[in-house]
Amino acid sequence: MAAILVFSERDEVAFQLLGEANKLGEQLGMEVAAAALGLSDADGFLSRGVSTVYTAKNEELKDFEASVYAQALEQVAKQADAAIILLGSTRRGKELAGRLAQKMKVGSLTDAGRLEVIDGRVVCSRNAFGGATVAAQTILEGIQVIAVSPSAGEAPAAAEPSGSVAEVALVLEPARIKKVATAPKSQDSANIEGAEVLVCVGKGLAGEAELKMVDELAQALGGLVACTKPLATDEKWLPEERIVGLSGKIGKPALAICLGISGQVQFTVGIRDAGTIVAVNTDQNAFIFQMADYGIVGDLHQVVPELTAALKG
Amino acid sequence: MNIYVCVKQTVDLQQVRIRKETREPVLDGVPLTIGNIDKNALEEGVRLRDKLGGKVIGVSAGSEELNDTIKEALAMGADEAIMIIAPELEGAESSTVAMALAKAIEKTGEIGIILLGEGSSDNYSGQVGPRIAEILDLPQITYVSSLEAEGNTVKAVRNLEDCFETVEAEMPVVVSVVSEINEPRIPAVTQILKAGRKPKQIYSPAELGVEIAGSQIKTISNLAPEQDRKRLLFQEGVGQDVKSLVAALESEGLLGR
Repeated sequence: MAAILVFSERDEVAFQLLGEANKLGEQLGMEVAAAALGLSDADGFLSRGVSTVYTAKNEELKDFEASVYAQALEQVAKQADAAIILLGSTRRGKELAGRLAQKMKVGSLTDAGRLEVIDGRVVCSRNAFGGATVAAQTILEGIQVIAVSPSAGEAPAAAEPSGSVAEVALVLEPARIKKVATAPKSQDSANIEGAEVLVCVGKGLAGEAELKMVDELAQALGGLVACTKPLATDEKWLPEERIVGLSGKIGKPALAICLGISGQVQFTVGIRDAGTIVAVNTDQNAFIFQMADYGIVGDLHQVVPELTAALKG
Repeated sequence: MNIYVCVKQTVDLQQVRIRKETREPVLDGVPLTIGNIDKNALEEGVRLRDKLGGKVIGVSAGSEELNDTIKEALAMGADEAIMIIAPELEGAESSTVAMALAKAIEKTGEIGIILLGEGSSDNYSGQVGPRIAEILDLPQITYVSSLEAEGNTVKAVRNLEDCFETVEAEMPVVVSVVSEINEPRIPAVTQILKAGRKPKQIYSPAELGVEIAGSQIKTISNLAPEQDRKRLLFQEGVGQDVKSLVAALESEGLLGR
């Protein structure tokens, strides 16, 4: 039986993919298999309903390197008779998708959000034109390599395992990239993707010190502070984990407040699924007002303290 | 040493508008430009050349209109350019573009580093770099935020979700960069004037042995998402506006979380 093969270099992402894989499997009559390579948690996959978990213990798999993992997955995919390969659309996962798809001479789609089945093929929705549009795209022929956005699915609950483990013997060329050092990023534990309220700041903020009043507003609302890309990458006022938009997090809060943000689509793509959007901007023609439910034309330096005070009652 | 920088011509995303009635993007008359992150890749190529010597060669695949984009790359400091031109290459999918770029690079000669942006500014799929590496059987280092080269060795820092990873590889190597790596220069007028006189090589896909088959990827629809927003604007002065906003949020049950 043809299979949907799930893999991510991060187990928690792979477990999320299983939710999507199960749905596709039911519609397409395919079984769900997983590749638990290297140090990955084979039991975790089994207890989440995977029929066959492929494991390999090659020395070369100890560290994730895309070209080595592409070789491994090509071999596992053959063994599993995979018709669909679902990967996590992380940075490492996107690199793997390209390398693997080229190796197998098949098509690939990355950053896939919603997945649905039409005429026996998987149709992915993904942002196009820098987020201005959402395209529905499908791979017409052959094996489908699809990297799915980490926030797209929910992991199935753990249950009694029913599948089996198959250890495969892989033949792998070693990596030509040597890892010299790893410096963990300061673990900002803020979960922007899951936040109910986001207070987003942009270039209207004049200095780092002003983050204090923004933070106070976020606290009064029970929300998190997020930002546009330049505030994190150019100004470095906030960690990169707080970036919302095409090159950052895609949130789905009940309330998003946008302060001093003009509303370029590269940012708005990260909040456009919000329940309610509020914008504060000095320029009444700013695009952000087009997609806001409520807008205040004014200076955030006056509006923010006033709003915080009003909320605290 | 040859440093190849792959660049993509895209519509200027700042100028793409959405037709309200149909939610379709309006692309007519939108100027074409070089991809944002491609500029970072070019800047890094030029910086490395100034240190190591050799040549920076801009490479791009697309339609006839590619000339303007390539001129921009040459003005930014590339020494030469290669263009693969065919109408079918306009907006072609990653696998086709990667094959055209890889074959053109291979034909040109010795490879030191192949530089790209982490993804194109319009599609952002990040697939061309890894595919080129696979076609040419080269190691690749993606999402690089800092790059050094000495002798034949490249040392790079990768900016990943959870960490910064420092890696080394021997040339030839494919490197994709993130926008934080540098600040791309704005070319001086003299550079723009010089750009027109720099050598350009043009290939057709057939000359490179690249077959453009039908596409593997089909785009079924491509529309702006529906936005049904209230668009209520408060402009009665800060004090009153804040009161109105709080009342509105309260009535929607969004406060007190």
